[in-house]
Amino acid sequence: MIGVEEVEGRAQHSPERPFLSVENLAVQFKTEDGIVQAVDGVSFSLERGKTLAIVGESGSGKSVTAQAVMGLVKAMGGIVSGEIWLDGQELNGLSPAEVQALRGAEMAMIFQDPMSSLHPFYRIGDQIVEAIMAHRKVGKGAARKEALEMLKHVGIPAAERRIDAFPHQLSGGMRQRVMIAMALINSPQLLIADEPTTALDVTVQAQILELIRRLQGEFGTTVIMITHDLGVVADVADDVAVMYAARIVEQAPTSETYYHAQMPYTLGLLASIPRMDRGQQDRLDPIPGNPPSPIHLPPGCVFQPRCKYWEQVPESAGHCKTDRPELLASGAGHSVRCLLPTDARRQISQEVLQSLRGEG
Amino acid sequence: MSDGANGQILNVTDLHTYFPIKSRGLIPRTIGQVKAVDGIDLALASSETLGLVGESGSGKTTAARSILRLVEPTSGQIELDGQDITHLNSSAMVKVRRKAQMIFQDPYTALNPRHTVGGIIAAPFRVQKVEPPGGVRAAVMELMERVGLNPEHFNRYPNEFSGGQRQRIGIARAIALRPRLIVCDEPVSALDVSIQAQILNLLKDLQREFGIAYLFVAHDLSVVRQVSHRVAVMYLGHIVETASQEVIYAAPLHPYTHSLLSAIPIPDPAQQKKRNRILLQGDLPSPINPPSGCVFRTRCFQAQEKCAAEIPPLVELEPGHKVACHFPIAKPPESVVVSTTEEDEAVMAARRDSGPVDSGAMPH
Repeated sequence: MIGVEEVEGRAQHSPERPFLSVENLAVQFKTEDGIVQAVDGVSFSLERGKTLAIVGESGSGKSVTAQAVMGLVKAMGGIVSGEIWLDGQELNGLSPAEVQALRGAEMAMIFQDPMSSLHPFYRIGDQIVEAIMAHRKVGKGAARKEALEMLKHVGIPAAERRIDAFPHQLSGGMRQRVMIAMALINSPQLLIADEPTTALDVTVQAQILELIRRLQGEFGTTVIMITHDLGVVADVADDVAVMYAARIVEQAPTSETYYHAQMPYTLGLLASIPRMDRGQQDRLDPIPGNPPSPIHLPPGCVFQPRCKYWEQVPESAGHCKTDRPELLASGAGHSVRCLLPTDARRQISQEVLQSLRGEG
Repeated sequence: MSDGANGQILNVTDLHTYFPIKSRGLIPRTIGQVKAVDGIDLALASSETLGLVGESGSGKTTAARSILRLVEPTSGQIELDGQDITHLNSSAMVKVRRKAQMIFQDPYTALNPRHTVGGIIAAPFRVQKVEPPGGVRAAVMELMERVGLNPEHFNRYPNEFSGGQRQRIGIARAIALRPRLIVCDEPVSALDVSIQAQILNLLKDLQREFGIAYLFVAHDLSVVRQVSHRVAVMYLGHIVETASQEVIYAAPLHPYTHSLLSAIPIPDPAQQKKRNRILLQGDLPSPINPPSGCVFRTRCFQAQEKCAAEIPPLVELEPGHKVACHFPIAKPPESVVVSTTEEDEAVMAARRDSGPVDSGAMPH
């Protein structure tokens, strides 16, 4: 594949390997219209107890990346390549049964729609009990007691009564809490949250983010938060990976992303959002055009057709229309996929972010 | 500008929309009512945008639909461009729709998949039997051009367009007959942020060009701020606070507005960490059985005995700033504010002590 970045030293089982390390992950789906490269050469790593936010618009591959880590993509007919190391164990090479044993115990996932995890016919307590007994040798009574404790812990009011409720009897925020309780019942080390608050109202969203933060502090869980909401990212993340058209285009610590973003796409996103904390702007500064079709990606930089700055790339640095840029380091913990020279990127970044601040 | 009687496009007085709940069985009886909209007043002038915000279940969408009589209001009066349209029959309403149009949330279901884009945008001309100068086709192509679509795509079908482009189609159809009022129901909430900004800019440009008044219904307060001149905050069928955009965001007085604003994460990590937040307990109560007195009292940090006994009227506390609260407050007390930097122990302890509020979301 062109554009796949190089992975440094494929050392087997290095003790230095971070808690979660995804290396050169690629996912393909065969469709009637051709092969869709949903994820292309994605690498990231995450230390224990930290939160990584993966940001991107619909179709950017952020959810598929998460599903690949959870071992859910193969069942959907996807072809997964690359390596996924969780706590010293490589997951992509495991059998489906082995991954299933890890899922729910070592790693768990919560979704935008709680009804995708909750069975509509069973009482929520029974579903949590089942999740406990699937992974641990515990008696039913003890499991139920544990389920009740967890429901209280995630802030379900009148948990003694609600443990026997069916999912449809609960509000959206309550269901989200039940799903979180179920995901965390076996104390997983890794929690992947795919747009966990997108369907919720802001006041409930604040409650749920607060809950995830608190539980993460208590259990030391490592979290991958997938979202399109840059406000949520600023609230929860330690690091941010921005995805566009199946690849990571910029990755940096959170404050670096907001104050020193370098990739024109990230800057475009920051300029697109209306801001509560600044006065009303006359006009927003949106990214022109639409995201590319995943089947017909531009041959060069995937963002070039919407980029305002591609003509500023000097001859010597390459051609945005034909050369796929690689994700290269540009400062501490900061990497960027862009052909613009570093100085030019920093200059553009400063101008854009300053003008955004100036609007207030 | 909002009070100018001359430029007034829309005047809604004491609007109620209740949905009956029927019993099961052979002869269904009405056994209750969902009070989706429970007595609201709205006024809107030309070239003005009124943002109607609230959480799901607040009644904002029902209010918007009732105003265009897509849902029949139970009582109240709706005056559009000086004409009382509350009780017009459906053929008379067809004429009214020339002046008042709607843009929907979901660009995927708002367009008929079997009609070409040209046909969809031409529908208002057909229905209203209007022959634009130069012919329908030319007018449609001009509209497509105006909203940023390629006029050559006249014969394509909706499935060939992305979400943002479909929303542009919906907008082209809505502005075809140069309406005085467009009701926008969550027009950008299904769109990606980069596309959302394009659509918001387009709506603003069209307003400037044609003097359209927008009733802009949305749950996203940042989006509402970007487009609105005035904002009305709804909670459980009632307007609890309304003021100019500047005042609502900078100096709200209703406890609910405070909570709502404080809950929105700001895309700036340093600021977000410094911010103080009010974490509201529980969910929206059921509109079938709303709390007595003030509807917000079950989740309110200001609530006192009076709030359960008396319904607070919407009163003008400052010129143009109306609040429905017995105990309006300029700055929430320290005790209800959660600082993000302080760790959550204190919060959780307080939450356990006070006991969670049963929201009544569970049917009994």
